[in-house]
Amino acid sequence: MLNLIKIKGQKKEDAANANGKPAAKKQSPGELRLHKDIAELNLPKSTRISFPNGKDDLMNFEVTIRPDEGYYVGGKFVFTFQVPPAYPHEPPKVKCKTKVYHPNIDLEGNVCLNILREDWKPVLNVNTIVYGLNLLFSQPNDEDPLNHEAAAVLRDNPEKFERNVQRAMAGGYVGETHFPRLFRR
Amino acid sequence: MASPDEEPPAPTEPDRWKDLDMILSRPGNLVDANFDPNPGLRDMLGSLVEVLVVGAGGLGCELLKDLALSGFKNLHVIDMDTIDVSNLNRQFLFRVQDVGKSKAEVAAKRVMERVSGVSIVPHFCRIEDKEIDFYSQFQIIVLGLDSIEARSYINSVACGFLEYDTDDKPIPETVKPMVDGGTEGFKGHARVIIPGKTPCFECNIWLFPPQVKFPLCTLAETPRTAAHCIEYAHLIKWNEVHPGKTFDADDAEHMQWIYSEALKRAELFGISGVTYSFTQGVVKNIIPAIASTNAIVSAACALEALKLISGCSKTVSNYLTYNGLDGTHINVSEFVRDKDCLVCGPGTLIELDTSSTLSEFIKMLEEHPKLLMSRASVTHEGNNLYMQSPEVLEQMTRPNLIVPMSELLHGAPRATVHVTGMAENNGRKVSSLRKLRVAFKGVDEASKMDTTV
Repeated sequence: MLNLIKIKGQKKEDAANANGKPAAKKQSPGELRLHKDIAELNLPKSTRISFPNGKDDLMNFEVTIRPDEGYYVGGKFVFTFQVPPAYPHEPPKVKCKTKVYHPNIDLEGNVCLNILREDWKPVLNVNTIVYGLNLLFSQPNDEDPLNHEAAAVLRDNPEKFERNVQRAMAGGYVGETHFPRLFRR
Repeated sequence: MASPDEEPPAPTEPDRWKDLDMILSRPGNLVDANFDPNPGLRDMLGSLVEVLVVGAGGLGCELLKDLALSGFKNLHVIDMDTIDVSNLNRQFLFRVQDVGKSKAEVAAKRVMERVSGVSIVPHFCRIEDKEIDFYSQFQIIVLGLDSIEARSYINSVACGFLEYDTDDKPIPETVKPMVDGGTEGFKGHARVIIPGKTPCFECNIWLFPPQVKFPLCTLAETPRTAAHCIEYAHLIKWNEVHPGKTFDADDAEHMQWIYSEALKRAELFGISGVTYSFTQGVVKNIIPAIASTNAIVSAACALEALKLISGCSKTVSNYLTYNGLDGTHINVSEFVRDKDCLVCGPGTLIELDTSSTLSEFIKMLEEHPKLLMSRASVTHEGNNLYMQSPEVLEQMTRPNLIVPMSELLHGAPRATVHVTGMAENNGRKVSSLRKLRVAFKGVDEASKMDTTV
């Protein structure tokens, strides 16, 4: 409990110690939790992580996935992660930087993955999201479409879907939309 | 004769302070052990105590008025917002002609006009824009905020001043108490946070329910509600039509665009209920505010602040909830501290030689009986000193391993570092995040540590 007499004494003491150096900004609890997430990452073989702003900015990073099974083998997909200060109360914002023909990723890079929005829980972590993203490539899902046409093709004609994915990743057109070439020469 | 426009005359001193003087000058059974009832207390309250009010919105307006009328004479208020016409129904210090002006500045001016002898310094800026030292001048911080982020920030700043002695007891002079108010419609809370003694904001942060978020695919494919249509326009359509342009919820043109797109979509799917004000509500996540809830919660907060500072009564211990939805219900629960809290906990004291390198430090953590932490990654105030993984970060931080810790911590005699690794808990190795207080042997520190408790 505070006491006014004590405050009086303290004010004098503060004046005497006024030559102290300014207090440093503290790391937020969200940054510390992210530090733990990152240090404990256990990435699948298909996945690499990079930190474009160097070792001290963990709040912004990129995850590169080279799927090793499913329709997207041979492609290379880059996702940007933006971790909000309120992490892990709020999930990271994840966008797909690579333009991709995918039922659950739209052409603006929005990703439909339940744990990124409605099913996010603070016990989940960056690793969970990385596994979720890998799952999107091994098992694209026509029930939660963001790219409506791609989802319809996957549902009605999986062979055609496979051809479309190959054409897109080779740097061609699917319908009206042009996709960048992803295969390494 | 006074003209009808004139404000009623303010109560004359000391009439205004009659009730406060009675509380401060009489003993009682519920007073704090340090309480020394005497008529001079009110003057000391006015002359010695500086109070910071964080937020000058619905709660902030009430708080400034309540604190000023409770004998506090040196107040500061900080708020980055400007006055919006929709604030006027409850943020009673503001008038129509104030729309667009700084909330902090107008609120400070209005209260000073009405309560003589009170000085309120307004700060029209973000809480993060202030140096940490700014916050150290206040004996108490009262929060009238509407977000978890802002509370968490102020909490970490206030708890950052807290120091522990070698027996892990908080040093009283470093304790910066907070009173946190919050309202949501007919519900509200007032809590007393005494860092080191009662749980801090972070100790119980997991109690907050997650924000409701709609699946993107529902928004894109199967909207069923007006909110779905609005979020579609806000989260998907905006970026499609305006690539690279950031949406600004405070820009009326942007909001109008979202509204008209949402309306189109609602018509397409035969959904009703999209209005401009509902659009604002969804996009800005506005929770309806009730003036009376603010008044009740603020009164509780101001009273707790008075009790904390003067000792005239015991404070609530430590979380008061108010519910005015069905009748009126007020309850006080005693929340408990998280003993390992990264923000307010003491952390584990580690004594180092000035010559100890980072890799020797990491080795020490493995053998430390309280930690037994293997594979530790170390971070200090935003600098990652060493990361065990992933590989890219391990490579970038590896050169630090042979550097003395005192050099990595910039020669400070003491420092707080955080470590992540596998630590023993009930005989099992579990991944852990721990706070450590590092002190260098033989390095004298001139200030504070010798304080007799």
